[in-house]
Amino acid sequence: MTLAQIFFLLVALVMLFSALKVVTVRNLIHAALWLVVTLFGVAVLFAMLDAGFLAVVQVMVYIGAIAILFIFAVMLTRRDASEQGAPLNPNWPVSALIALVTFGGLAWLLRAWQGLPESAAALPAGVDALRALGEALVSPQAFALPFEVASVLLVAALVGAVYVAYGRK
Amino acid sequence: MIPLSWYLFLSAALFSVGVFGVLARRNAVAILLAIELMLNAVNINLVAFWRYLTPTQMSGQVFAIIVLAVAAAEVAVGLALVISVYRRRQTAVADELDLLKW
Repeated sequence: MTLAQIFFLLVALVMLFSALKVVTVRNLIHAALWLVVTLFGVAVLFAMLDAGFLAVVQVMVYIGAIAILFIFAVMLTRRDASEQGAPLNPNWPVSALIALVTFGGLAWLLRAWQGLPESAAALPAGVDALRALGEALVSPQAFALPFEVASVLLVAALVGAVYVAYGRK
Repeated sequence: MIPLSWYLFLSAALFSVGVFGVLARRNAVAILLAIELMLNAVNINLVAFWRYLTPTQMSGQVFAIIVLAVAAAEVAVGLALVISVYRRRQTAVADELDLLKW
């Protein structure tokens, strides 16, 4: 077992532990902070996969914006954030069963899948991946249209969110 | 080198934890937190497949970026709805929002 594999297993353990904490802890502020740990683990995985730009975006957008938004929402709906009531609904054993069956099915599928590569293909020499990504995002031959559609979606969703959450007198 | 299947197993586990959270949590904000876990599991898959199978084409990373944008939009709208509901009903517990229940 190489050093990279041990590091991967450590990151994976931390991520799974914090993900379980996210879905089980009673205090929602703590759940949001555990989500930050998980998201940071995802950023580490992106860095290990040579997707440095995505790792930075993950830290900035997910940890910097989305997690903070969650903490704000928890504080604005404070009354049942932490104190009374169980964190899980009475049907949680059924939910656990469904989640286990989902994981079992996916794992069975992955085990049966022949020909998954053991190691990554070498990155092509002399090609700047970040530059290629930027060109793919704005080139009309590649992904300019989906990129613009995503930005329109984001603007529409944010305007809608402001409208929905706006407190009328 | 790390085999591709390790990434896929980790992402499957993360997704299943997210499924459990969505089904079992009572608070609506906590359900949105679990949805974030599921979206991140998908992103790990996309980037891992990009790196191991087609590192010369950028489709995998572009997909991951679009998933990120959609996740941001989803969180903004979802939390706005939760806050709006909380203002009217003084609760964010999904079980107690039973106006449409027969």
